[in-house]
Amino acid sequence: MPEVRTEEMLINMGPQHPSTHGVLRLFLTLEGEIVKDVRPYIGYLHRCFEKHTEAMTYPQVIPYTDRMDYLNSMSNEWSYVLGLEKLMGIEVPERVEYIRVVMAELQRIASHLVALGTYGNDAGAFTPFLYSFIDREKVLELFEITCGARLLYNYFWVGGLSHDIPANFQSKVKAFIKEFEPNIKMYNDLLSYNKIFIERTANTGILPLDVAINAGATGPILRASGLKYDLRKDEPYSIYHKFDFEIPVAEQEVGTVGDSWNRYMVRIKEMVQSLRIIEQAIDNIPEGDVSSAVPKRVKPPVGEIYSRTETPKGELGYYIISDGSLNPYRVKARSPSFVNLSILPKISKGHMMADLVMILGSLDIVLGCIDR
Amino acid sequence: MGILNRLDSRIEQFETGNLMITSVDKLLNYARLSSMWQMFFGLACCAIEMMATSASHYDLDRFGIIPRPSPRHCDIILISGTVTLKMASRIKRLYDQMPEPKYVLSMGSCSNCGGPYWEHGYHVLKGIDRIIPVDVYVPGCPPRPEALLEGLLKVQEKIRTQSIAKQIKKA
Amino acid sequence: MDINDVYNLLKKVFEDGIGELKTGIPVEDCIYVEAGKIEAVCFFLRDEERLQFDALMCLSGVDKDKTTLTTVYHLYSYALKHRLTIKVDVPKDNPVVQSVYQVWSTAEWHERESYDLLGIKYEGNPDLRRILLPEDWEGHPLLKDYKVQEFYNGMKVPY
Repeated sequence: MPEVRTEEMLINMGPQHPSTHGVLRLFLTLEGEIVKDVRPYIGYLHRCFEKHTEAMTYPQVIPYTDRMDYLNSMSNEWSYVLGLEKLMGIEVPERVEYIRVVMAELQRIASHLVALGTYGNDAGAFTPFLYSFIDREKVLELFEITCGARLLYNYFWVGGLSHDIPANFQSKVKAFIKEFEPNIKMYNDLLSYNKIFIERTANTGILPLDVAINAGATGPILRASGLKYDLRKDEPYSIYHKFDFEIPVAEQEVGTVGDSWNRYMVRIKEMVQSLRIIEQAIDNIPEGDVSSAVPKRVKPPVGEIYSRTETPKGELGYYIISDGSLNPYRVKARSPSFVNLSILPKISKGHMMADLVMILGSLDIVLGCIDR
Repeated sequence: MGILNRLDSRIEQFETGNLMITSVDKLLNYARLSSMWQMFFGLACCAIEMMATSASHYDLDRFGIIPRPSPRHCDIILISGTVTLKMASRIKRLYDQMPEPKYVLSMGSCSNCGGPYWEHGYHVLKGIDRIIPVDVYVPGCPPRPEALLEGLLKVQEKIRTQSIAKQIKKA
Repeated sequence: MDINDVYNLLKKVFEDGIGELKTGIPVEDCIYVEAGKIEAVCFFLRDEERLQFDALMCLSGVDKDKTTLTTVYHLYSYALKHRLTIKVDVPKDNPVVQSVYQVWSTAEWHERESYDLLGIKYEGNPDLRRILLPEDWEGHPLLKDYKVQEFYNGMKVPY
């Protein structure tokens, strides 16, 4: 048989592509179906967050943090206000802390539900998407009765919250937990342990732990590579030290530690833990005023801080420099998706192009967070 | 008899046989507005609300609005989010690839006018109408799914009043 | 190890390469390092038994004042669970810093971003192009004296 001559093929995937989760462009070098090289091109959603912060007062920045990672606005705000509170030395009332924890964990569930649904969608299973959005709607309703918005809340203020929770909030959250808990098993049956899904995701895109740390992976991706590390436990902020919860890491259950399936599965397990935290917090919310510690003018002293929290996507950090005026001198956002996406070329070489979609989906990126 | 009710009252029906008379425009418009295929295309935060609208809770499918991955299948493009200058030329190209007649729905403040990024957003296009014509604007940041649905119904209303037959005659 | 010990250790190894230790500003202390030594210092910080800074949390560029640009490195050690802030000052007329890409691959994109938005050049970065803005964009937006261009590709930029 004569030798078959093959040539490398250059293919553009995106910026308009159904499985790039937004406006991401991947420039692929293929040899047949095999991915030789991936070069992500980002910036199609660069909305100049950092320039805005320099022109705004401190509280005015909060709505812009919402719009960075629009799937977990609550956590975005939290990281920012936490930094300012530390810088200004504000003691936040206990009631506020409890409500923040509940909100952030609900948001984590909502964010992971989108990750789950769209990941199933990437794999060609449309049904989990429809189910997960039913559950997500229930979470959004809880946010809506509290602060009036479904997606972008401006809820966490420096030193407090914009609104107190309504009277029926606790009972509604408990009803949600009751409804949602059995559904996790349903998702596992529908998707997680589905034979086809496992075939598609297990053993693809393996990210070894040393590479993960060196490349700065955080959140579920780091944990899926086997490191039991979570800022909520290892650098506890707010009142997370009061709650009893586990940090899910990849186990030798299906596939290899660090592969796409494990990255997906860590998120499912995290939802269970989030429910546990909410269950512990929801009954113990102390009485009090949620806006008693909100300063009239947010004017931090000259100084700087790098504050970080554990968002559903990973470590979100804000590097805030204050020059003592009402506007921040510089706010740099270290977004988890930005760093996580930069790992994609490292883990997708040598895979089939169809697997690349699954590897990209397992990173659970949000373009708003990457491009800011 | 849903189809008869929705077409028009001026429709003429005969007692025997499956026969009815209406204008070509009415029938064509009815067909077009009940199957507005939408471009599978999300930009920013509004895209999440768009996804929520097309998911089970709000169920966009009942209006015949189905996302299609290729612009050549599509009747309507939802500009769901902030359009940056880097993305603008791509959107223009996508729009150009859609077959006529095509409709544009601008969803959310960002694509209407630049939204919260109007002043300092050096990389944000201040309104999608600067590059492509818009049929319906939906305000909000992001608009609720109900608002998006209303916007889509407005597009349907627009289609209902148009005349393809006249255009063909002219040509 | 607290920051004074780290500083003394670095000073002993790198002598002139290490600038001053800045403490007392609220919340975070930092160590200044010379732009030409930063890669060696970072290798040392990563590999030294007592420090083990195995992760770069964040790399940010800052327009410090009229003449200086700063690169700020936030380091973290997963092994020893401690953190450190390092700063490198460079003059605006020749903003060249050594890349730390070889030390932590996180730095590659962060350096590109800093180059894109502030114009700091990272020597040794394998792919130093604009990352967020288009290739043909004029200027570096995060500089305090940035004037936005009137048109880009025929589209008006200001409102």
